[in-house]
Amino acid sequence: MKTEKVLLQGNEAVVEGALLAGVRFFAGYPITPSSEIAEGFSRRLPLVGGKFIQMEDELGAMAATIGGSLAGLKSITATSGPGFSLKQENLGFGIMIEAPCVVVNVSRTGPSTGLPTSPSQGDIMQTRWGTHGDHPAVVLAPSTVSNTVDLTIKAFNFSEMLRTPVILMLDEVVGHMRENVLLPAADAIEIIDRKRPDGNKANFKPYEVKGHDHVPPMPDYGQGYHYHTTGLYHDETGFPRGKSEDAEKLMLRLMHKVDYYRDEITLVEKKYLSDAKIAVLAYGSVARSAESAVEMARNNGIKVGFMQIKTVWPFPEKEVAELAQKVDKIIVPELNYGQYVREVTRAAGGMAEVIPLNRFAGQLISPATIKEMIEEED
Amino acid sequence: MANPDINKYYRRNKLPHIWCPGCGHGIITGAIVRAIDQAGLDQDKTVVISGIGCSGRAPGYLKFDTLHTTHGRALAFATGVKMANPELNLIVITGDGDGAAIGGNHLIHACRRNINITTVMYNNSIYGMTSGQFSPTTPTGSLATTAPYGNIDTQFDVSNLAMAAGATYVGRSTSYHVRELIDLITNGIKHQGFSFIEAVTHCHTQFGRKNDLGGPMEMMEWQKENYIPVKAWAKLSAAEKEVKKTRGLLKEEEREEYTDKYLALIKQVQAGEEKNG
Repeated sequence: MKTEKVLLQGNEAVVEGALLAGVRFFAGYPITPSSEIAEGFSRRLPLVGGKFIQMEDELGAMAATIGGSLAGLKSITATSGPGFSLKQENLGFGIMIEAPCVVVNVSRTGPSTGLPTSPSQGDIMQTRWGTHGDHPAVVLAPSTVSNTVDLTIKAFNFSEMLRTPVILMLDEVVGHMRENVLLPAADAIEIIDRKRPDGNKANFKPYEVKGHDHVPPMPDYGQGYHYHTTGLYHDETGFPRGKSEDAEKLMLRLMHKVDYYRDEITLVEKKYLSDAKIAVLAYGSVARSAESAVEMARNNGIKVGFMQIKTVWPFPEKEVAELAQKVDKIIVPELNYGQYVREVTRAAGGMAEVIPLNRFAGQLISPATIKEMIEEED
Repeated sequence: MANPDINKYYRRNKLPHIWCPGCGHGIITGAIVRAIDQAGLDQDKTVVISGIGCSGRAPGYLKFDTLHTTHGRALAFATGVKMANPELNLIVITGDGDGAAIGGNHLIHACRRNINITTVMYNNSIYGMTSGQFSPTTPTGSLATTAPYGNIDTQFDVSNLAMAAGATYVGRSTSYHVRELIDLITNGIKHQGFSFIEAVTHCHTQFGRKNDLGGPMEMMEWQKENYIPVKAWAKLSAAEKEVKKTRGLLKEEEREEYTDKYLALIKQVQAGEEKNG
């Protein structure tokens, strides 16, 4: 099979990436600016024998997505801020029962109904801490349409590998922007499928871990394992006992499995950093403006570098600390009132000055605006 | 009916159950496994899904693939499972708070789609697990921990709701009329489409005690006196109909099932693709 050049918007790129990754189930609910994802799946999934369902609400869409995963299909749902808020309870359930799936949040300006057709990164902390209770989070944020294809495939791979929901955080700009994309050939991409148990059904323990990676194998419903799953804290057998020792063991395992794969799932792009005194650190659509700004400033002789965080959670502690050691100043442009910059400041640990640049009212941050700040700080 | 060996359907090492002594939930759960046996379901291909509340704990005692989900969402999870693999038999266990209040929207739309899921609502007219708050099926005027002056809400007839929303099989019985309940669930399972069985039961601990209705025996006697076979109910006076309720098969009709429709759609669009391609 060959690579294929196509004109796509980011939302369509999610559909293409997901199909390449082997998705066979979508459950969703209409919401701007993510609806093209649902529309795309409704058209494409039956053609490959997959299933699409439009649910009665966002809660049901998240629930059905997890149901599809338990039945053995790679499953996905898509939404935007208000719907993402509604999905949080069942997202936490998915993390607790370890159901691999992908949740797309094409974020828009909030809170509440906000500015439905304007971009925002105001949900960045919600992708980390949206559901109640302690929990791990794996969140990827593409900056371009081709990046969206790539990270959608990775989102499925990471979710299957870690047996956990993975969030793909687009913003309205990435979701609706159209670009030429080279779609990879299906046989040229790496596909990861969840581990399934070895067929020994006697005394099967659904949450027993045998490997080093803290991830238990997962049967499909209907394979005869007769296993129980609950959102209550449970032991290896899947049953609740209401004991702190079970809660501690399970929470540690949920955290440790993400730690185990941290290097593999941490995706960070670095550019022009060898001589840099200033760095611009960005994620999502803003990374694109930031990269252009850095290139413009370098053409004017300023020693500035660039770091794009593609895996926004778990937070790339090591990479940001290394950056802070290397440069004097880190500029963090974000489409919100200042959220991710707090994590960057914490990880920088005083080794570099961290400077926020924020737009929170639905505007973009242009390369010129970032360039101006680079010049001011130089 | 011969008494089947129902032990194989239970996770016997998980018993005794957490329900109060005298609770009707064990009777209804027993009716479900007897119905599964009567309907001849493959144990490996049957998934039992519940929400939150006392009823939510039932699947934990049953030896199938079982899923104890979030409050009110069992039908939405079950819809995903059934769509993803229509060969699986889906049984959803819910309660009056779980299924008629917080999960009411999912119930309406599962009925409307006519997706082949059998739903059994354990209706004990109260939030039992959270200690006795009024639910949508608590009778008007009853006392509850959140209705200390008497419940002013109008009581919900959930079977009527299911019929109106498009469920193609609806039945109601009680934990007293257990043989009828078994048969209704059996036929609901066999029915190709969405089936809703309202299993009326008692919560003597949270509802009966608060309202001086006696213990389990007295409350089951009340079920016996007040739930009337559909045909006999039709002959009651208008005044009696205000008090007494119907039991038995309330609705049965044929309508194309949702996952069958989707599989037909797949065939159709794939054939179209070949034709155009």
